[in-house]
Amino acid sequence: MADLLPNEEYKVNLEVFEGPLDLLLYLIKKDEVDIYDIPIGRITTQYMEYLDLMKILNLEIAGDFIVMAATLMVIKSRLLLPDEVRGPVEEDDEDDPRWDLVRQLVEYKKFKDAAGFLGQLEEIQENVFSREGEHVELGMRPDVGMSDVSIFDLISALNQALDRAPKEELNEIFAEQFTVSEKVDYLLESTKNGKPLTLGRLFRGMRSRQEIVCTFLAVLELMKLNRLIARQDNHFDEIVIEQIEGGEPEPVLQKDEQL
Amino acid sequence: MSSIEVLPELKQIIGSLLFAAKKPLTAKEIRKVLTDAGAGYGGPYVQFAEIKEDEIIAAVAELTEELARSSTGLCIAEVAHGYRLQNEINCGPWVRTLLDKDHNARLSKPALETLAIVAYRQPILRSEIESVRGVAVDQVLRNLVEMQLVKVVARSDLPGRPWLFGTTQRFLEHFGLRALDEMPGMEELKRMEKPERTKTFPAMEKELELRAQEALTEDDDESGETEETD
Repeated sequence: MADLLPNEEYKVNLEVFEGPLDLLLYLIKKDEVDIYDIPIGRITTQYMEYLDLMKILNLEIAGDFIVMAATLMVIKSRLLLPDEVRGPVEEDDEDDPRWDLVRQLVEYKKFKDAAGFLGQLEEIQENVFSREGEHVELGMRPDVGMSDVSIFDLISALNQALDRAPKEELNEIFAEQFTVSEKVDYLLESTKNGKPLTLGRLFRGMRSRQEIVCTFLAVLELMKLNRLIARQDNHFDEIVIEQIEGGEPEPVLQKDEQL
Repeated sequence: MSSIEVLPELKQIIGSLLFAAKKPLTAKEIRKVLTDAGAGYGGPYVQFAEIKEDEIIAAVAELTEELARSSTGLCIAEVAHGYRLQNEINCGPWVRTLLDKDHNARLSKPALETLAIVAYRQPILRSEIESVRGVAVDQVLRNLVEMQLVKVVARSDLPGRPWLFGTTQRFLEHFGLRALDEMPGMEELKRMEKPERTKTFPAMEKELELRAQEALTEDDDESGETEETD
């Protein structure tokens, strides 16, 4: 799995600004489960699946993701024990080992909602100018641009594509190796003149997992460079990618200067 | 000084001040201008030197109403504790075209979340933001500071004297907020923090305990309950 990408290939260094709590909330929402009664077993399995995918993609997985994985495992194992043998939890005397996590999730969710409110205000303010005509200059920043679709929506799409891909036969030697740069060109070509492209259609017909992963990384890279935008009209709809009109190929150097 | 035939009305003066100002003007600032102009120019200009703030507020209200009624494409909004003369929202697309501001660079979700946490909980440590978001916010926070939406407001007394962050005037202007309390649930989200700098949120705990009991007693009412938290 790990060597799906050729070694000499340039690595897409995509920082993930979303954290483990985002992933959990995403999974909870996706499965429409009650946040106060999380099916820990199922959620833990899914969480680990996403972590694996992120590893395949060489996404920088923050230590926080691993910590959360451990937390989930602890909760899961504690839930398996009958009440009497659970032993005391360090700081609190709650009965349900999930409470701490639930509390954290609920609190975080409230801030996410507040962030949504700010996002709406920002959208309104885009049409408002005072005398100077000045807005906060956001520029092309590494943490701007993925505004419409979360990284987990994208990973979920990749997961589906990988599931659909036919199982690779072990006796076959792959002569063709795909590269991210090749797929970058291909993507720019196929989204030319504002032509929208759904991720589902993009992956259709791709035979090898390696090709799918390369294509996916190309999408991420182009989004990071502000050449492509991904949007999703409703939660869990098909993700559509479009080329940003007049999006100048931004010199990569500039990016580093900002840091 | 040059003689003027007719003195303008208070609201006319305020209108021109708002037009010329580069940032939202508070009633207090307007009053100061009137006082200073009276002292500087003397003569008939002294007439407005003694104006009180509530008279200014009333004049602004009148002006706001007249602007709206006469369809000038302009309006007065209350932003960042002051008044700002701005275009009407439905005229935005043309202004954007004129100013060539048609790119859609909005803040990312992580940036908005970090901002929301800072806004509700300020002054706040970076580590506290991270414990809410469950992920490092170093880079995001740095960008927000660079964009002047967030600033360092103080240093805490904790070991290492880490910085405490808060939102800026520019934050209010960017989102068109009059004041922080215009954000929804300000009281509730702020309250959770009150008991010193620990991770326990008694109000929240209580709420959760209550919910737990409810869930135990009435299992069937679950679906209605979850909606409000969504």
